[in-house]
Amino acid sequence: MLNKIFLFYKDGFLSMRLGKKLWLIVFIKVFIILVVLRIFFFPNILDTKFTTTQQKSAYVLNNLTNTK
Amino acid sequence: MEHLHLVDWSRAQFALTVMYHWIFVPLTLGLSFIMAIMETIYVKTGNEWWKKTTQFWMTLFAINFAIGLATGIIMEFEFGTNWSNYSWIVGDIFGAPLAIEGLMAFFMESTFFAVMFFGWNKVSKKAHLFSTWLVAIGSNLSALWILVANGWMQHPVGMTFNPNTSRFAMTDFWQLVFNPNAYSKFLHTITSGYVYAALFVIAVSSWYLLRGREIQFAKRSIAVAASFGLVASMYLIFLGDASAHADAIDQPMKLAAMEGIYNGQAKEGIVAFGILNNNKKIGNTTTPTFDFKIKVPYLLSMLAYHKEDSFVAGINNLVYGDKAHNIMSVKDKMAKGNLAIAALKEYTAAKDAHDQTAMKTSLMQFRKYSKYMGYGYFTNPKQAVPNVPLVFYSFHIMVGLGIFFFFLFLGMLYISMTSITKLETKRWLLQLGIIGFPLGLIAQWTGWITAESGRQPWAIQGLLPVFKATSNMPISNVEITFWLFVAIFTGLIIAEIKIMLKQIQIGPEVH
Repeated sequence: MLNKIFLFYKDGFLSMRLGKKLWLIVFIKVFIILVVLRIFFFPNILDTKFTTTQQKSAYVLNNLTNTK
Repeated sequence: MEHLHLVDWSRAQFALTVMYHWIFVPLTLGLSFIMAIMETIYVKTGNEWWKKTTQFWMTLFAINFAIGLATGIIMEFEFGTNWSNYSWIVGDIFGAPLAIEGLMAFFMESTFFAVMFFGWNKVSKKAHLFSTWLVAIGSNLSALWILVANGWMQHPVGMTFNPNTSRFAMTDFWQLVFNPNAYSKFLHTITSGYVYAALFVIAVSSWYLLRGREIQFAKRSIAVAASFGLVASMYLIFLGDASAHADAIDQPMKLAAMEGIYNGQAKEGIVAFGILNNNKKIGNTTTPTFDFKIKVPYLLSMLAYHKEDSFVAGINNLVYGDKAHNIMSVKDKMAKGNLAIAALKEYTAAKDAHDQTAMKTSLMQFRKYSKYMGYGYFTNPKQAVPNVPLVFYSFHIMVGLGIFFFFLFLGMLYISMTSITKLETKRWLLQLGIIGFPLGLIAQWTGWITAESGRQPWAIQGLLPVFKATSNMPISNVEITFWLFVAIFTGLIIAEIKIMLKQIQIGPEVH
């Protein structure tokens, strides 16, 4: 059964024509999004400033109660 | 652009991401069903023509899906970076629906997509058809969970704010799922995706007919797409009633901006076409709102409250209050919001001092006024009003285009069904068919601008304005990533258009 599923996917990927180009685009794009953008440009601000949920919660509450 | 604030750049970046993402998504939602319908005809008739037709549209579907894949993840990054207050506050609410969406998308895509693309001649015709339908249904259900989250922001229900965690805690999952705002939004969004996909199929097919290529293929495709688009268009008109009713109840300011109503009245009509007077200001009751307008009487009262003599509130009624119609002024809401914020502050101080009695008292006070909390951050009641020209014109462009699409589908279908051999001679109609697709994208975008700009200044309606939802960070960070996205997304769009055009040029014969 597992072998059949494996062969189904293997044959499908090997017989792709346009699909190979599309997969290449997907891989490059996902690399840029998940690795380059995520790591270098989009840190989670609260995670970079605080380590515990209590600290994060206190920081946000302070922002919410500070109306100036 | 130096006058722009952090919140403006953060909003611009989010809008840019959504607008690019939304080029791909509605095509996936609608094209999946068009493919499923075509394949059903193939399985029912056994006619190989329909198999070739299905496979061609499936190839274009694959290109669109591959290029659009993961463009939505960027929004999640933006939440954590640009909107950290908001992200933290809604974490417990959005966790469940977005997790369901993620799991559903993963299992559906890894299983049924593979059968749909690799399974021709390897699984039975019915098993393949079943997979194609499941891809269509699954893609659309994926959108449901995203729009449940969006619907909650428009009309927050089934939650309470927990001051110990600084988060909204879910109290009723089913209230969140069956939020009427979420449902009307979901149905409106996916149905508009069907119209957009039908326009895409018609545009490509019209191009073939204008060049005298793939005549039978193009005519069959147009017949299916026009039928599908026509039914979807009629349903959208019906849904307009539900959307107007939901906005009248939950977001009356948005409805007033959509229709350019400053002074509310009973028996209110709908502006079919109008040019706003630039000199009209909030609070001004004498300056006319429009330089020119064509109005259909009574219709807005009917749509909003299902009675022709119902009162529909205007911007001035909502900002300054209207005792006769039981509308509280923004100034009064600001006072209550300030009490809620002060109580929250007292609760924190009491908690730090381990004063249980003060904690209980301040929490009771907070709960009493918490639904006005967001108004406590305003410094001026006029902050409650969105950008009226942007919302008004976006809404009317969307509606106008929607009516045009209805007649385009009707015309295409009528000529296809009554004089099928002559469709290729109606060059003007085919040219309209090609123009229809970019107009469909404009309708998609203006629809989202209406929905999202119309609810400004709120990130969460009534509870959290956008300027309190952002992170505390330098503007330059957002500016840099904004332009980075412009470059990346433009590259992706160019790739999509090039690959798509090449495949259309090749045509369906090679499959």
